[in-house]
Amino acid sequence: MKFGVLVFPGSNCDHDCYHVIKHVMKEDVDFVWHKEEKLSDYDCLIIPGGFSYGDYLRPGAISKFSPIMKEVIRFGKRGGLILGICNGFQILLESGLLQGAMMKNQSLKFICKDVYIRIEESKTPFTSQMNTGDVIKIPIAHADGNYFADEKTINELEENNQIVFRYSAPGGEITDDVNPNGSLQNIAGICNRERNILGMMPHPERCSEKILGNESGIHIFKSIIESSTLSQA
Amino acid sequence: MEPKITPELVAYHGLTDEEYQKIIGIMGREPNYTELGIFSVMWSEHCSYKSSKVHLKKLPVDGPQVIHGPGENAGVVDIGDGLAVVFKIESHNHPSFIEPYQGAATGVGGILRDIFTMGARPIASLNSLRFGSPDHPKTGYLMEGVVSGIAGYGNCMGVPTVGGEIYFNDCYNGNILVNAFTLGIVKIDKIFKGSASGPGNPVIYVGSKTGRDGIHGVTMASEEFDDKSEERRPTVQVGDPFTEKLLLEACLEAMKKDYIVGIQDMGGAGLSCASSEMASRAGTGIELDISLIPRREEGMIPYEVMLSESQERMLLVVKKGYEEEIERIFKKWDLDVVVVGEVTTDGIIRVKDNGRVVAELPAKPLANEAPIYTRPSTKPRYLDGLREFRLDDIEEPKEYTDILLRLLGSPNIASKEWVYRQYDHMVRVNTIVLPGSDAAVIRIQGTGKAIAMTVDCNSRYCYLDPYTGGMIAVAEGARNLVCSGAKPLAITDCLNFGNPENPEIMWQLEQSIKGISEACLFLNTPVVGGNVSFYNETQGVAIYPTPTIAMVGLIDDYSLHCTPWFKKEGDIIVLIGKTEEEIGGSEYLKVIHNLEKGIPPKIDLKREKMVHDTCLEAIRAGIIISAHDCSEGGLGVTLAECCISNKERIFGVTVDLDSPMRRDALLFGESQSRIIVSLDENDFSLLQKIADNKGCPLKLLGRVDSNKLTININGDAIIRIETEKIAEKWGKISELKCLK
Repeated sequence: MKFGVLVFPGSNCDHDCYHVIKHVMKEDVDFVWHKEEKLSDYDCLIIPGGFSYGDYLRPGAISKFSPIMKEVIRFGKRGGLILGICNGFQILLESGLLQGAMMKNQSLKFICKDVYIRIEESKTPFTSQMNTGDVIKIPIAHADGNYFADEKTINELEENNQIVFRYSAPGGEITDDVNPNGSLQNIAGICNRERNILGMMPHPERCSEKILGNESGIHIFKSIIESSTLSQA
Repeated sequence: MEPKITPELVAYHGLTDEEYQKIIGIMGREPNYTELGIFSVMWSEHCSYKSSKVHLKKLPVDGPQVIHGPGENAGVVDIGDGLAVVFKIESHNHPSFIEPYQGAATGVGGILRDIFTMGARPIASLNSLRFGSPDHPKTGYLMEGVVSGIAGYGNCMGVPTVGGEIYFNDCYNGNILVNAFTLGIVKIDKIFKGSASGPGNPVIYVGSKTGRDGIHGVTMASEEFDDKSEERRPTVQVGDPFTEKLLLEACLEAMKKDYIVGIQDMGGAGLSCASSEMASRAGTGIELDISLIPRREEGMIPYEVMLSESQERMLLVVKKGYEEEIERIFKKWDLDVVVVGEVTTDGIIRVKDNGRVVAELPAKPLANEAPIYTRPSTKPRYLDGLREFRLDDIEEPKEYTDILLRLLGSPNIASKEWVYRQYDHMVRVNTIVLPGSDAAVIRIQGTGKAIAMTVDCNSRYCYLDPYTGGMIAVAEGARNLVCSGAKPLAITDCLNFGNPENPEIMWQLEQSIKGISEACLFLNTPVVGGNVSFYNETQGVAIYPTPTIAMVGLIDDYSLHCTPWFKKEGDIIVLIGKTEEEIGGSEYLKVIHNLEKGIPPKIDLKREKMVHDTCLEAIRAGIIISAHDCSEGGLGVTLAECCISNKERIFGVTVDLDSPMRRDALLFGESQSRIIVSLDENDFSLLQKIADNKGCPLKLLGRVDSNKLTININGDAIIRIETEKIAEKWGKISELKCLK
């Protein structure tokens, strides 16, 4: 399976995603520079975290104009797998591949810590190796992760089971106390209707190795690889 | 029309008459306005170290592990496998007090550039912060600003901020300290230096455009504050971490090739400093045409261009013929890149503006021959009587549980989670031990090794006895590393002091350096770089002497790293080291009795080394489950921290102490060279054997328990409390008055 990790000016989790895919998952991976106008044959694109364009104007708002994004949108519409993590999620929202918007964290501060998320939907190529209702520990690190969408959109997301992750207590309870940033309905990750594009604020690449004390993120990468193998079979 | 040089103008530039005469001697004529400006910044205390140089020479700088010691942009230390770590600490105190967000942010930006200038990729940062009293009206504003400035810059750069320290004391009310440390990793054969060799080679400017910000920043950092200091806000630089991130990636990309001969960042004293230091190191000259310098403001005169401290700029010397390759790389990253001059043979920095020569200065004297002062020093009068303190002067508390709770909730001891939550401490996926431990541990990808790092200084000890305080700062740093399983390698120091023209301040500096030197020699941790920050003084009131020590150590096998918190009920708890009756200068005296006096704990370097060797050998033997340095708050606080510092799993403890010592001294005295470890009962005999071989004192204290902290002294239960309650008290730094 072949991954492409997009690199925007200011991306800073690009190396981390590359490392996990290449050295932990042992899969093929390239960096893809944002000024490229053509994509090679990738099975999955990762839009990594960071501060693309310095988060100036709004996180992700300038990146959507990068030359590569036209191709990324085409790739997504054709059913290619796209995983946007943190700033990558913000870019997916700004470029219209996912619905909704990000606001500043309720605390108005950057937050870096481990949180728990509940898997709300295991029927996606990104979560197939987990069960709906499972809870995993995973780190977040962002200043703008307060997800918002209008009521109609939220209802649609609900109806179509597009809400993939919610911030939860370790036991799975969804409460305000465990919502780190003020996200509507504790939303931590959503997918598109076709389920080939996922955006999530938490960082699975930061918890995919034993030495880092947490390997729960690996389930997401395994799911991607598994679903790609299945679809090629 | 440029101003005429008058004695007033010379004085305004912070130069004395003698210094000015020396400049005339070097030049063989009077300098013009631009030249005067360039000399004044290069000869400022901040750039020239003129008051500290004679003392800094006494620091030990050599060791088989040292690749580059002081003198380069940062120190370089060998870690094996053809790799080296590059690290340095630097102060940004004055700007951070005047404009906390930008001051702290650009402090981080500056230290990051020092690291990647050498070809190293920055992989971790630390910081050491000192604020005034939590009750002081400005403390909250300053702390919020500094912390978000560090977060704003470091997070955007994608360099994790993995640890640090924060202290509050009245002595910092008018002068906060912001000391920033960064460590990078480099292949030993790919280290770059700030040298302008090869006459005829092009000099290339890359990065942000030049503006008027930061002019005389270094001069400000070389003066005391007065009530007009806030008017200096325009001398504070403004940071743009996004541009610096591009600069980092572009520089590292360019360094993969063989085009770059020398590189230096334009930080303090900007283009003046970069050009003269690079030429001076290589014994060459540089000719610049400043009309070519990219600018963000119109109408800048040569004086302003040469003195600007605009951030995110680098000066490169490149092999002739490779200009286009360099241009291609920096343009890819959307950065300005312009050939602005060339290396010459005559040793002169020649500045032209559209062909007209506007300044001609000899590089070497400018960069290296600032006057060196052996300033007078005397033992401070404040010490009279201050060290005379006996335990009997204070009443023994009747109840100890409350005392422990008050200590744990006090600002210097309480959890600093409120702060490090705001720093991305996980990016780059190397952080094995997160903030909130004795030392941060970062793995080195592609090897089985890890680097541990810590930053320490107890400035109250230094105030009461700068010699011992300096020694302790080094010893505690090393002890923190040992607790994480690392062998200490080397240090970088940030010497923060008051006005060096005051002999009492010079005495503090001398004594501190003496203590640091002795400890570094004994513990084999040479000083590979650092920074001196003087004039941390407002209207005659100086900070406590604060020689901050950042220390770096190596863990050969990262699977054998260690953390401070208890992990299993029933494990035994052992004190490596020995408790003496030493309550002077303690946090207990300050928090509970509002006293900052007495003799700080003494330190015996031989015993310190024994403790380190014992702990390290036991960790490497795989028998130590947790190890925590015993420091501020003594045994009582340290035991509590072992129970609660891993929020996910809190433990209790039952400890039996037998001692004739008064209970407060026993529980809260801060005797040095102590480490509290936990281990399986069956491994105790091995630990005992390791300690005996080294002649190291050891004492079995008790056992890890489920949820209560119980301390018995001579059979009496002195403290008994649920650790949940302790954790709650300790975890609430956000309830400090200043943060509301």
